[in-house]
Amino acid sequence: MSPTIRAPKEFWMGLLYLALGGAGILIAQHYPFGTASRMGPGYLPSLVCGLLMLFGVISLVRAVRLTGEPIGEIAFKPLFLVLLSVFAFAALSLRAGLVIAIIALVLISAAGSRYFTFSWKAMAGMLVLVAFCSLIFVRGLGVPLPLIGTWFTG
Amino acid sequence: MELFGNLALGFETALTLTNLAYCFLGVLLGTAIGVLPGLGPVATIAMLLPLTFGLPAETSLIMLAGIYYGAQYGGSTTAILVNLPGESSAVVATLDGYQMARRGRAGVALATAAIGSFVAGTIATLVIVLFAPPLAGVALEFGAAEYFSLMVLGLIASIVLAHGSLLHAFGMILIGFFLGFVGTDVNSGMQRYSFGVPELGDGLNFVIIAMGTFGLGEIIANLGTEMSRDVHAAKINNLMPSREDFRRIVKPILRGTFLGSFLGILPGGGAMLAAFATYSMEKKLSPHQAEFGHGAIEGVAAPESANNAGAQTSFIPMLTLGIPSNPVMALMIGAMIIQGIQPGPSVMTEQPSLFWGLIISMWIGNLMLLVLNLPLVGIWVKLISVPYHFLYPVILTFCCIGVFSLNNSTFDIYLMIIFGFMGYVFRKLGAEPAPMLLAFILGPMMEEYLRRALLLSHGDPAVFIFSPISGALLVVAVILLLLVLLPSIKRSRVEAFQEEA
Repeated sequence: MSPTIRAPKEFWMGLLYLALGGAGILIAQHYPFGTASRMGPGYLPSLVCGLLMLFGVISLVRAVRLTGEPIGEIAFKPLFLVLLSVFAFAALSLRAGLVIAIIALVLISAAGSRYFTFSWKAMAGMLVLVAFCSLIFVRGLGVPLPLIGTWFTG
Repeated sequence: MELFGNLALGFETALTLTNLAYCFLGVLLGTAIGVLPGLGPVATIAMLLPLTFGLPAETSLIMLAGIYYGAQYGGSTTAILVNLPGESSAVVATLDGYQMARRGRAGVALATAAIGSFVAGTIATLVIVLFAPPLAGVALEFGAAEYFSLMVLGLIASIVLAHGSLLHAFGMILIGFFLGFVGTDVNSGMQRYSFGVPELGDGLNFVIIAMGTFGLGEIIANLGTEMSRDVHAAKINNLMPSREDFRRIVKPILRGTFLGSFLGILPGGGAMLAAFATYSMEKKLSPHQAEFGHGAIEGVAAPESANNAGAQTSFIPMLTLGIPSNPVMALMIGAMIIQGIQPGPSVMTEQPSLFWGLIISMWIGNLMLLVLNLPLVGIWVKLISVPYHFLYPVILTFCCIGVFSLNNSTFDIYLMIIFGFMGYVFRKLGAEPAPMLLAFILGPMMEEYLRRALLLSHGDPAVFIFSPISGALLVVAVILLLLVLLPSIKRSRVEAFQEEA
C-alpha cells in the first residue's frame, strides 16, 4: 500500500518546517559553531533548524498516519489582492506620493471583497481617509512621507 | 511606609496633564478600534504603537496600557451587541451578553460589563501593588540560568494554552526562535540570516511580524469567509441595572475578579483563560443555572470582570520579570525596548516613576473606561455597523503607514507582505501564530542567557538542574507539559476550545 496523505494540514506544515529548517541549517554552516561553553553564532541556529527538520519529519509521518480535516478553500483572490495592494503602497508611497499610494491601496484591496462595487459614497470615504492620513500622520506626527512624490516634483 | 511613598509617586506621575491626556486618548482610540469587528487587542496595539514612538517612555506605556483596556472593552461591546467577538477572550461575552441584548437588555449588559471591569480593575491594581515588589525582589536574585529556565517555563505555559495541536505550537515556537536569529549576533558581531541586506542588520522588528501575521493575515482570512453580515446592533434603551440585577452580580464580579487576577499572573495566562475559566465556574455555582446561555446577567458579569482582572495582572510577570505571558505583553515588552528600557526586575528600582505611574494609570484608565463608555455607546454602535468591506482598506492603510514610520523605510512594508502571507498560511494550516511571536521576543534573550550560563559553567548543562530556582522552574515546566499530554486533560482542553468555536 503506497502512503496516502490523509491529513493535508499536517503534510503542508511538515513541508514548511522541513524547508525552513533545511535552508536554515545550510546557511548556518557558514557560521562558526563553537562549543557548548563557548557557543559560536552558528550553534543555536543549527540546533533550532535541526529541531525544525525533525518536526517536519514528524508532521509528514502524522500526515500519512492520522486522518485530518481538509485545508478548505483558499481565498486566492483576497490573498493576492490584499498583498498586491500593500505592495503597491510600498512601491508608490515615495515615488508617486502618499495621496496616490493610499488611493491605490484602497482600490486594489477593496476589490478583494465580494461586496466591492463602485459607489460615490465609498469614493468620498476614500478621500476623507486620504485627507485624514495627510493631516494626522504627515502634518501632525511628522511621518516623512511626501504627499506628492518624486515622479511629479522632478 | 514605603508603599505609600511609591503610590504617591505613582499618582504624581499618572496625574500630570500630559499623561492623563494620553491615557484618555489611549482608552478612546483603543475602544474605537477595538469595537471594530475582527480586530483584537494585539492588532489594535500593533496598529497604534507607532503613534507612541515620539512620546517619553512613561507616557507611551501609559497610552499603550490605555489602548489595551480600551480594545478589550471594545471587543466585549461588539460581542454583546452583534455577537461578533473581536478576539478570543470576548467569545465568552457573546454567550450570555448577546442573549441579553436580544431580549432588549443590551444596555444593562454593557453597564454590567463596565461596572464589573471597573471593580476588577481596581482590585487587580491592588494585587499588582502588593505582589509586584516582592516578586521583583526575588527576581533580582536571578542569574542567567534562572532567567533561561523561567523563559522556558513561560513558553511551555503559553503552548499549553494555545489552540489546536501541541506539536504545531512547539513548531511555531521554533519558527519564532528562527526569526529571532535574523540580524547581528550580539556575542560575535556576525550577521546571521541577513542575506547582506543592511536593513536586516538590526534584526526583524516585532511590529512588522505582529502586523503581518495578525493584521494582514487576519484580514485575508476574514475576506475568505466573508458573508453578507447584516449588523443589526441591538437597540439600547436602559443602561442602569435594576436593584435585583445589582444583587445578582456582586458575587460573580468578586469571584471573577479573584480567579481572573490569579490566572492572569500565571505565565501563559491572561484575559482569555480567565474569561473561560470563570464562566464555567460561575455556571456551576450560580443559583440561576438554567438561565446560562439564555441571557444570565451573571454570565456577563463574572467573565467580564475576570478578563479585565487577568488583563491587568498579566502585567505583573511583564513588569517584574520581563517575561511576556501573552502576545499583548510581548508587544508591551517590544515597546519598552524601543523606548530603551530593558524589561526586568530593575525597572522598578531604576525607573520607579515609570513603574508606579503605569500602575496608577491602570486604575485611572479603568475609571475613564467606565465614565467614557456608557455615554459614548451610541458612537460605538455606529462604528460597529460600518460594513467590513469599508473597514479593512482603512486598517491596511494604517498598518502600512505605521510600519513605514518604524524606520521611515518602505523595506519594512515589503517585509510585512511576507509575514502577511505566512500569517494566512499558518491560519489555514491550523497553526496559531501567537507562540511564534512570544518566542520571537524571548528567543534573543534566551540565547543570551543560555550562552552566559554555559560559559560560567564551562559548558555543563547540569547548572540548569542543580541551581534550585532554575531546577524548580524546569520541573514545573515538565509537569505542565505532562499534564497536557495526559489523555483526560487533553480531551477537556479540546472541549474547552470547541465551546469557543
